[in-house]
Amino acid sequence: MQESSHGAREGRGVGASVRRKEDARLLAGRGRFVGDMRFPGQLEAAFLRAPLAHARIRAIHIPEHLKGRAFTHADMVGVKDILAKTGLPGFRVSAQPSLASGKVRFAGEPVVMVLAETRAQAEDLCEEIRVDYEELPANHDMLRAAQPGAALVHDEWPDNVFLVSQTDKFFDAEKLASAPVKVTREVRTSRQCMSPLEGKGCIAVFERYLEQLTLWTATQMPHIVRSGLAECLGLDTRKIRVVAPDVGGGFGWKGLLQPEEVCCAWAALKLDRPIKWLEDRREHLIAAANCREHHYVMTAYADTDGTLLGFEAVAHVDAGAYSVYPFSACLEGAQVVSNLPGPYNLPAYRCRTYSVCSNKPPIVPYRGVARTGVCTAMELMIDAVAREAGLDPYDVRMRNLVRPDQMPFTSITGKDFDMGDYPESLRRVREMIGHDAVRARQQAGEKDGRKIGLGYATYCEQGAHGTSVYHGWGIPMVPGIESCGARLTPDGTLEVRIGAQSHGQSMETTMAQVACEVLGIDPELVNVVHGDTALTPYSTGTWGSRSAVMSGGAVASACERLGERIKRIGAHLLQAPEEAVAIRDAQVVGPHGSVSFAEVAKTWYLAPQNLPADIHPDGLDLVAGYKPTVDTGTFSYASHAAVIAVEPETGEVEILDYVIVEDGGVLLNPMVVDGQIYGGTAQGIGTALYEEMTYDEHGQPLASTLADYLLPGAGEMPTVRIDHIQTPSPNTRFGQKGIGEGGAIAPPAALGNAINDALKGMGVELSMSPMTPRRVRQAVTQAQVMQAGEAVS
Amino acid sequence: MKAARFDYQRPATVAAAVAALGGDHGAKPVAGGQSLGPMLNLRLARPSCLVDVAKIPELRRVEERADGVLYGAAITHAEFEDGAVPDPTPGFLARVAHGIAYRAVRNRGTVGGSLVHADPAADWPTTLTALGARVVLAGPQGTRELALEDFLLGAFSTALEEGEIVTGVFVPRCSAGARFGYRKSCRKVGEFAEAMCAVLADDGRGVHRLVIGATEGRHIVVTEAKAVLADPSRLDARLAAAGFDAEPATLRLHRKVIREAIAQIAIDALNSESLPA
Repeated sequence: MQESSHGAREGRGVGASVRRKEDARLLAGRGRFVGDMRFPGQLEAAFLRAPLAHARIRAIHIPEHLKGRAFTHADMVGVKDILAKTGLPGFRVSAQPSLASGKVRFAGEPVVMVLAETRAQAEDLCEEIRVDYEELPANHDMLRAAQPGAALVHDEWPDNVFLVSQTDKFFDAEKLASAPVKVTREVRTSRQCMSPLEGKGCIAVFERYLEQLTLWTATQMPHIVRSGLAECLGLDTRKIRVVAPDVGGGFGWKGLLQPEEVCCAWAALKLDRPIKWLEDRREHLIAAANCREHHYVMTAYADTDGTLLGFEAVAHVDAGAYSVYPFSACLEGAQVVSNLPGPYNLPAYRCRTYSVCSNKPPIVPYRGVARTGVCTAMELMIDAVAREAGLDPYDVRMRNLVRPDQMPFTSITGKDFDMGDYPESLRRVREMIGHDAVRARQQAGEKDGRKIGLGYATYCEQGAHGTSVYHGWGIPMVPGIESCGARLTPDGTLEVRIGAQSHGQSMETTMAQVACEVLGIDPELVNVVHGDTALTPYSTGTWGSRSAVMSGGAVASACERLGERIKRIGAHLLQAPEEAVAIRDAQVVGPHGSVSFAEVAKTWYLAPQNLPADIHPDGLDLVAGYKPTVDTGTFSYASHAAVIAVEPETGEVEILDYVIVEDGGVLLNPMVVDGQIYGGTAQGIGTALYEEMTYDEHGQPLASTLADYLLPGAGEMPTVRIDHIQTPSPNTRFGQKGIGEGGAIAPPAALGNAINDALKGMGVELSMSPMTPRRVRQAVTQAQVMQAGEAVS
Repeated sequence: MKAARFDYQRPATVAAAVAALGGDHGAKPVAGGQSLGPMLNLRLARPSCLVDVAKIPELRRVEERADGVLYGAAITHAEFEDGAVPDPTPGFLARVAHGIAYRAVRNRGTVGGSLVHADPAADWPTTLTALGARVVLAGPQGTRELALEDFLLGAFSTALEEGEIVTGVFVPRCSAGARFGYRKSCRKVGEFAEAMCAVLADDGRGVHRLVIGATEGRHIVVTEAKAVLADPSRLDARLAAAGFDAEPATLRLHRKVIREAIAQIAIDALNSESLPA
């Protein structure tokens, strides 16, 4: 972290809740999304998708009149499969063809691309195509798919496991066997769909005048899509431009190269016509946007006072049929191993995770990535330990959280926690939720027969992972130095250009605030350009809670460098030595006067005759880079507390109160951070109580509309109260930490613990998310049957 | 998903609508389209022609009679909710309408469409059956009237004959002290119910009815429900007689919802007793 810079314009820079600049167009419905775009001569694509989860393709019958409009894998000569390898030893490579080749491996996999003037017509034409399949046994359950003898998803593999990840740190089974408290649990989290408001979509256009293929696409990572596309199409990267216009949320679903993008790009080149595809909600639900499915068997070993002595886990992650580009099928599984210990000081730990290949859509990292699963798993265990030991779950957490005096702390899996006071977040959240009053209310009981429960969850979230973290995984993309272009325009206003992409993160505002912090320029006079490979320097994009740290740092670096150049020109205009001038409020201020950026820019661009002939030729347009001093990532953290009421007869759960105390370091814009937390929490509530993508034993998806796949709505959102701790990260430009995903991590744990707390008197403990009314009723019914049985015997 | 190709007609009268439907067996009437629309887009419904009845004056009329109100089938949920149409009950219809799906659905969805769709988990079939409503049908053979419980044959199944449409629904007038209990359990606001029960106790008219919806099949209608309302445990025999069965966790939900609907009647009664005369 550096000392705050010189140029700050009071109340508009870092730390100010500046209103979102992008809202002027977005809230008025004036945004421009892929769906709003239309090019002359455009054709729309519909994809005929696999109706079976696992089958050999015997033949594809395309009527004669569809030749040139319907394309199969065989037509896409020279197009390479999507390959997302990792460098992890033992990783098995899955090649993902953009259109199915030989076999279909999940229901919804694209088999034929059909083009027509409109989407409706293209869908009509799809109905004229017949595909003969030979059905194969489908792997719908990861635990069975991982067993020997399961039908092979990829015929050339010996089994259905992408990778086994493991660690064993100081785990002495013999010694731990005598631990006073031992708790073993099985926890499962359901498969989910990411469900951004805007689905995927793209338009591929070959621009002849540029001799360049432009792909307009709803993506979080235009530069990565460009690289992946160039690889698949066998084109030089310079021949491709990728543009993300307005993008309506991503959450990870837009952080990949999609087969449909490859198909549209190929067809645009083949036919020399713009090709558009818009994912509809049914495609979104069944054909790819899957995430989150984990299974854990865990044992915690603890002392009578709740101190954790050791922890072991065997986990399975259902990674689906293919390894997605660029994050691979193993990011999730590898992160389970390294993140399961969470914010706790564990003395002994071992974990083995199987990334299982199944006949389901590939899983994609979703907001929070593996951390939502591991937080759920670990936090349910902490409460189980507390119940077993007869302690309050709060006290067990306090006993095991990493303390501030231990910071900076290296966790048992080698995570370098930057500064923070984890116990303080829990203390504060306890205070805010009114712990004692809730316990008293529980004692008193409810008139309506409902049961009150209190649940806590604490996590820490690694964000802005850098080179040193990612190179070990050897995936197609390793983040390095983040760049920003800064340009003072001839009228003295500013453009900053970043390769990340803002699709809800408010970066058009926050990055302008960073520029304001450095140069004192009004954020309203700053254009933040993003999401276009032709206009912005390279970036791996927006993912992993990295943009505030990485792009924020890069914007600051570029503005500082630009400031030096502005000062050089300004000093000349002020007839003062360079070292005697400073930048304040978008002016160069000298000992005897000041000159505005506008004057500096006008002189440089339009009246260079007023500058000395030998002035340094570097102008007011540059690219600068940034990397945090320690690049293993920032660790934001939070404690969540929830009070719920469960109706044991109906299983209905009402959230009565929800409190979050989080530490994102120095907040660039506290209002924006609160917005991120609210949105993430809504998604976390979805994970906890509603969202579930189920499959039957044939691998058929059972939720193909939003009537079957329930998302939380405004009516399900409690009033979330947020408090902030701001412990600066010592490693980042302003002390900021990545915070974008955090809200989505803890709610399933906090709510799950609250439900179990409410029902513990009935002998009920749930361990599968979402905790739906049906699961609650089933658990209550089962517990009563068991108790009745005990009473009889 | 986009709908498959279909033709579209908007006849001006019921007679013309019936004729249009009679002339094309693949034709289907549409009003608000809140259930049919998604089915079209998923290509689950593939009518050759949509006959739009939403604007036919006869389906938009409201006729107040001494013994009740006849509503045109194309009156929207929102019109009930907003009190834009007269209500022969002490506010029951507005209360039910307010809980149907979301406002966007209520703005377009119609009472007739809901009854014809006959989703057992929808609000109107259960509640209007409890209120003793009757449907008015028009078809090639003329018009006829049916009690709602005789019209609803099962899940998504009605007594509607080929070429017939529902033109209206008649809701009997309740006496002033009538009490109404309605409870449904939904996963979230606006979703279809997983269990529901509507109860009418109209001592003035001697009408006591209890209807259970959101079952796998036909609604369970108890028409002489006075004894059951006084002692809900008597319901078990009735439920068994109706062949009402499900796995224990589901039965648990239905039982609770039924008990709560009945309890609302009791609370209503207490409240009205405590009111000054």
